[in-house]
Amino acid sequence: MERIPILRMGEFLLVTIQVDMHDQLALQLQDDLTRAIEKKGAKGVLIDISALEMVDSFIGRMIADISGMARILDARTVLVGMQPAVAITLVELGLSLPGVATALNVERGMILLRAALRDGNDHDYSVQR
Amino acid sequence: MASKGNLGSVLQTHRQQILSNWQQQLAVVSASAKGRLSSKDLAKQAADFLEVLLNTARSHDTGDITTAGWQEVRAFLGDLSRSRVLAGFSSDETATFIFSLKRPVFEALRAEFGSDADKFAAESWAATELIDKLGLHTIKAFQTSREEVINRQQLELLELSTPVVKLWDGILALPMIGTLDSARTQIVMESLLQKIVETESQIAIIDITGVPTVDTLVAQHLFKTVTALRLMGADCIISGVRPQIAQTIVHLGVDLQGVTTKANLADALALALKRTGVSFTKH
Repeated sequence: MERIPILRMGEFLLVTIQVDMHDQLALQLQDDLTRAIEKKGAKGVLIDISALEMVDSFIGRMIADISGMARILDARTVLVGMQPAVAITLVELGLSLPGVATALNVERGMILLRAALRDGNDHDYSVQR
Repeated sequence: MASKGNLGSVLQTHRQQILSNWQQQLAVVSASAKGRLSSKDLAKQAADFLEVLLNTARSHDTGDITTAGWQEVRAFLGDLSRSRVLAGFSSDETATFIFSLKRPVFEALRAEFGSDADKFAAESWAATELIDKLGLHTIKAFQTSREEVINRQQLELLELSTPVVKLWDGILALPMIGTLDSARTQIVMESLLQKIVETESQIAIIDITGVPTVDTLVAQHLFKTVTALRLMGADCIISGVRPQIAQTIVHLGVDLQGVTTKANLADALALALKRTGVSFTKH
């Protein structure tokens, strides 16, 4: 069965969705990703959807779900590279994905994750002290 | 009954008389058109049309002008209407061109069949029917041309009213002019999002100084744009909110949740620069 690869980049995970998502694949990704976060102790997840040209409400919700799950596992999720058509579709579907961080491309997403991680660590440090 | 050729031959016989009467008539009714169309051009149009009309009427049924035989006449009227639209004539002024032909034709018919009442009545009816149809065709062509002009202008307006300008590296601005409706918002949204992808800009400023009123629908359209921008990973600032608009938004109970708003474009630009980490010093 086809799977979406999950790559490790330091303390982050990179998921690049390059095929059209169908429901089964989305559920599989959700499963794989949560396992990978747990196993590798990842602090951040980058989901690159720049090649994704079509979304439906299910995929939209799945993206929001993944973000929520990663959050519980102490990893930040940044959704990067959404195409204009996809953004418009999600808005028209009423899915504004509140709580999901977004960035224009992988590079910016990485900067965002690092900044979030740094702020988070500083915060933890000050609490400990 | 609308016999082939009868009317045509009458037109042919009394051609000179009809033409000079018609041109006189036109000079009277078209007095208001002075300056837009010279009387010389008008007289030439009348002569050309009469030529085309009698050529057709001599060999084709005058009862039905939708046949292929009348193609030349219809094309002539179509061109005429189009040129009248462009010159700024009204529909009645255009139609009068054809309807003023009635009197000269009737006079010619009376001269021809004056002694035969039945024949005269029949021919008059055929002539009036023909001229009415030609007149209606002219109005139809006039309206079609008008609509073409309107459609073209609408498209031009749409293109003109949605420029996305780059203010700084990574900062785009969209000055909105005019009332926002669903169709326009859609186009504005698409062009802005596309530009964001092309230029990899992080911040978009939507300036609504030129938007006359903001109601719940317009606010909803703005929201959709802001949300779509956020989904793509860009920030959005709305600027140019006038005092009346701020009042309306609060009175309507619209909640501008999490949308940064600024009173003018300068403030928005200052904020955007600050967010991108650019600072200025005065010398």
